[in-house]
Amino acid sequence: MLAGLAAILRRDLRLALRQTADNGMAVGFFVLTVILFPLGVGPEPAVLARVAPGILWVTALLASMLSLERLFAADYEDGSLDLMALAPLPLSLLVLTKCLAHWLLTGLPMVVLAPLLGLLLNLEPAGYGVLVLAMALGTPALALVGAIGAALTLGARRGGVLLSLLVLPLYIPVLIFGVAAVDAAIYGVGARPHLLLLGGALLAALALCPLASAAALRQALE
Amino acid sequence: MMAKFLEMGGYAVYVWPAFAVAALVMIGLLITSLRTLRAREAILKRLEAAARRADDGA
Amino acid sequence: MSQRRSGSSLHRFANPSRFLRLGRRLTPWFAVLAAAFIGAGLYVGLFVAPPDYQQGESVRIMYVHVPAAWMALFVYSCIAAASVASLVWRHPLADLIARASAPVGAGFTAVALITGSLWGQPMWGTWWVWDARLTSVLILFFLYLGHIAINNAFDDPTRGARAAAILAVVGFVNVPIIKFSVDWWHTLHQPASVFRLGGPTIDLSMLVPLFLMALGFTFYYMMLLMLRVRSEIVARKIRTVQLLQAAP
Repeated sequence: MLAGLAAILRRDLRLALRQTADNGMAVGFFVLTVILFPLGVGPEPAVLARVAPGILWVTALLASMLSLERLFAADYEDGSLDLMALAPLPLSLLVLTKCLAHWLLTGLPMVVLAPLLGLLLNLEPAGYGVLVLAMALGTPALALVGAIGAALTLGARRGGVLLSLLVLPLYIPVLIFGVAAVDAAIYGVGARPHLLLLGGALLAALALCPLASAAALRQALE
Repeated sequence: MMAKFLEMGGYAVYVWPAFAVAALVMIGLLITSLRTLRAREAILKRLEAAARRADDGA
Repeated sequence: MSQRRSGSSLHRFANPSRFLRLGRRLTPWFAVLAAAFIGAGLYVGLFVAPPDYQQGESVRIMYVHVPAAWMALFVYSCIAAASVASLVWRHPLADLIARASAPVGAGFTAVALITGSLWGQPMWGTWWVWDARLTSVLILFFLYLGHIAINNAFDDPTRGARAAAILAVVGFVNVPIIKFSVDWWHTLHQPASVFRLGGPTIDLSMLVPLFLMALGFTFYYMMLLMLRVRSEIVARKIRTVQLLQAAP
């Protein structure tokens, strides 16, 4: 079974790397939008430092949402999803694997780029470590929760916009705790409670989201 | 005395719009639900009558 | 039970037809009860109940704000329960109940948010604050909108209903967060003063109109639910007849 999942993982990664446009777009959006903010709110260091955690997280959220639409859509359209559903692999594990591939291609680059962009936004030095850690915990959770939305909107009219509407309310707790963690580190009040909450959210997402996504996929394939 | 009631201790500009919004939404929902129901029942009647006429003619 | 005619799906509506008959009889009763309780609640709340020691007459907004907020949560719970029934037992009525309830719940949430804002300005000096309870109620509002949107996003109504059911169950995690958020995070919004372990802390003179309004709102919802589910059943019948005519 693990061999099957590994095969799917390799396939997704290979397909994505062949068409770097899709995933590169999400990461590119992340970088470009963050750059827009100093141009918009002004280059004053104090102002930027104050809003840097929020800007980084909101933009990561939006970028994450952009690439979700294609998570299942390509396989759904060409029939591979039907085949995968018929395979002996449990559908929820399949979802987990696809989410992992998705995160490796979009979430992980954002986690790596975030501190560099933090430099551009004059992020306080105390915040960098926690930023990376919080994003490392948060972006997989975003991918998992987003998978539910992606599965629900397969074949829907205006699927992209609908996906955003569905997924944003569920994203907000991750956003709140993610920013709170970085702010806590910057103000020296200890980020541990917020990081623990993020970790808890990730664990809950790991357990529950694949099940919900699988249910949504099965329902879409009927 | 009526004036004092309407004034709501100076908070009238908050209290009455609040009640008005609640009334608007609740009555509005009721009206639209009733209108949709009537409209749909009318459509169904027309369609079923047409189907019956088609059956009779066939 | 009707015989199974070829191509006819009327037998599927056997239960919903019973529901229709029941609904026709109950709806006027619900309407009367709703009007009676809301009327009584308004009378007691506006004329009998005393003004608050600190907030003065602005406390009267509570008599619409709190029941609306309760209904917002209650209706979502009903939708979540119906969604579970839809997903687990595939009960056709469950889908219709969820679909019919969502706009009503969204309406109550909007009323709660707007009246809360109108109450907050004289009380706290601000129209809005991003504390835990207000934020999670706002999230609830968007969950309702998402539910309505996805229900209508597919040509096949069953597909839309199932997707909405999954969304409703997933979003249900937000409801206990709203309920307990004011306890977990000590923020601007008033902590729980009615449904709490030690018993309510509000005075009886204010509790009575509050519960009268809450009962009235509940009967209003039940009346509206009957009307709207009837409407949904008729809509499904229309679709069936149209499909039959299209494919002889």
